[in-house]
Amino acid sequence: MRSSSPADVVVIGSGAGGGTVTHVLANLGIKVTLLEAGPGLNPAKDFKEHMWPHQVDHRGAESADYYLGRLSPKFGWFNAPNGFWEIEGEPYTTAPGTNFRWFRSRILGGRTNHYGRITLRFSDYDFKPYSTDGLGDDWPITYEDVVPYYEKAERFIGVLGTKEGLRTAPDGIFQPAPPPRVHEVLVQRAGRKLGIPVIPSRMAILTKPLNGRPACHYCGQCGRGCITASNYSSSQVQIFPAMKTGNVNLINNAMVRELITGPDGKVTAVSYIDKVTKQEKQVRCRAVVVAASACESARLLLNSKSPRHPNGLANSSGVVGRYLTDTVGYGLSGYIPALAGMRKYDSDGIGGMHLYIPWWEFDKKNKDFPRGYHVEIGGGFGMPQVGSFGGVVRRHEGYGRALKKHIREEYGCFVGLSGRGEMIPNEHSFCEIDPNVVDRFGIPVLRFHWRWSEHELKQASHMHKTFTSIIETMGGTVIGLRNPEREGQGISTGGSIIHELGTVRMGKDPKKSALNGYNQAHDVKNLFVADAAPFVSNPDKNPTLTICALAWRTSEYLAEEMRKGNV
Amino acid sequence: MSSNYTRRDLLRNAALGAVLGGISDDLMAEVHLMAEFDQAASGGVYQPKAFATGEWATLRHLCDLILPADEVSRGAIEAGCPQYIDLLASGSSELAMILAGGIQWLDSMARGAHGKPFMSASPEQQTALLDRIAYRRNDSPDLAAAIRFFELLRRMTVDAFYTSKIGIADVGYMGNKGMTKFEVPVESLQYAIQRSPV
Repeated sequence: MRSSSPADVVVIGSGAGGGTVTHVLANLGIKVTLLEAGPGLNPAKDFKEHMWPHQVDHRGAESADYYLGRLSPKFGWFNAPNGFWEIEGEPYTTAPGTNFRWFRSRILGGRTNHYGRITLRFSDYDFKPYSTDGLGDDWPITYEDVVPYYEKAERFIGVLGTKEGLRTAPDGIFQPAPPPRVHEVLVQRAGRKLGIPVIPSRMAILTKPLNGRPACHYCGQCGRGCITASNYSSSQVQIFPAMKTGNVNLINNAMVRELITGPDGKVTAVSYIDKVTKQEKQVRCRAVVVAASACESARLLLNSKSPRHPNGLANSSGVVGRYLTDTVGYGLSGYIPALAGMRKYDSDGIGGMHLYIPWWEFDKKNKDFPRGYHVEIGGGFGMPQVGSFGGVVRRHEGYGRALKKHIREEYGCFVGLSGRGEMIPNEHSFCEIDPNVVDRFGIPVLRFHWRWSEHELKQASHMHKTFTSIIETMGGTVIGLRNPEREGQGISTGGSIIHELGTVRMGKDPKKSALNGYNQAHDVKNLFVADAAPFVSNPDKNPTLTICALAWRTSEYLAEEMRKGNV
Repeated sequence: MSSNYTRRDLLRNAALGAVLGGISDDLMAEVHLMAEFDQAASGGVYQPKAFATGEWATLRHLCDLILPADEVSRGAIEAGCPQYIDLLASGSSELAMILAGGIQWLDSMARGAHGKPFMSASPEQQTALLDRIAYRRNDSPDLAAAIRFFELLRRMTVDAFYTSKIGIADVGYMGNKGMTKFEVPVESLQYAIQRSPV
């Protein structure tokens, strides 16, 4: 079944990348058909902001699985609808010995519904990793190429922060940052003593009204979705407003199967399955922007085989699916006696940290691992939720009045430090089509291969030492196991930080990359990728802002190429 | 309208759906509506779904021993902890088995040592039995299952208690409201800085 009139551009996926492309193209007067594999979103109805756990009889635990040690298929009951760790009828497989988890969003707005709103620019050196230490590859673009688009993205979505003049954390266009919470001030003071910078975080949360969106009301529940759209989510900030231009045709529940190419090798149509009617449909297009998330985008290209593109589309180089990375995650928490007995206050604030630690040893030569990490700070008097006091219950065995007293006295006395570091791409970590398995739509699924290298394990070990010294400098005690095994075991499972990227990478050399510096396929001039798949490296800065900036840059380039008649 | 049997079925399906990622919001809403209905239909007296009458009495008593009323707040029973545990156990035969098994173990031990079930034992006898399974240092092949049972029961009781209105007031959480400006009290900041080594 074919649609009657072709769209100018079909955008596949509605997260940070697809949302930005839709916003930019629609406002340039280009007709966009936006395909989302999940249902639509109604923030007024779907968000659980301000709901108490006792308003639901399972209190947010959902089922006994939580207590039986089984991983939840979802991301947390109170969170905004955002997708799944496991989807019925849509499996993926892992190679023997591989431990990898793939989070997939199936909802308008994708992961921007739940993400941490952490909004960091990459540094100049992040675009030149090979030139810096001989590992990985340089990007085909520089920091200066991206700066105008960082600025456009920051101005439009709204980012709070402070100008610090640090090379490792380039300043952006900032709204005022909220003051730090007490435990964050203590971390900052410990950092001062240890020579570790602790600065206001940079978050996609408004502290001043912007484009009709009111400022934050400091309930700390960004992850549940914000009814007032005071933080960035692509649905509320980009897609709903873009639809008012009349240039956006949003199709929900559209699971894309294949990109169809014509005799000249260009994409002529996108084939998708309407999940509601189970019908296969096609939408013709002049150009296509794939922004389905790194691995889903790679899967789509690999599945779009034709005689002219036998290895899949945009894959004459064979790199599609390769260079898969995730962020290195490691966490440690401590009990801080200085906080005990303090007068309580409403510490909800913005969703997430008010202060964070940018990487501080980027120019240190003799450390035993390459690259670095940033540190996210947790703590405060959070809303009691299922699991909130699990740590205290483990620390203090027994029962009765003493247990109640421990919980009461230790509430709000903990600090959590979460390292988020750079992984170096390696040949053992990639995804490919599993030749033996298809999903319920008949689409071949991905098989993952994953291995951390010594670089990441040593980095996690460095995190452990750093966090221990920060906690102990604060006069605190590290909670949990401290033996050397903890360091090796403590590193996150691949995929679990949900920063997977690199699977359709850009580059100057068409033999070693799938896309040029504008995210345009070397092999197919009307095919673009606008999620994190094009990233050449996975710096210690969360990818969302760079996804938005590069998607913005790609959109303007595509619009100009269309105007010139090149696409 | 809804018998306990249908409710249990519904919950089992809901739990299964959750595992497979296929649970619908409508189904979950139905579960909550039915929970309210069940409570209303029983005239306010909660009817356990996953436990026999004797087990239920013991479970309630154990919850209360884990988090009893004290000078600050009321106890686990007033906070609805047993109902929370029953709800999750009624959706999972595995959890129900662990909990019923633990209660059974306490009864057997009390009968062996004192010739009567756990609930009829004296407070001192009950405490002595619980002390055997309330600490990881007592772990042994004989006690492993009972220790796991009590650890689960403690976690669930604590979760239910501190997410209740009673528990929230006990720890003194002050948030979940909107404010126009975020501020930190100077008094709190100074207090912590004075006590901090840095």
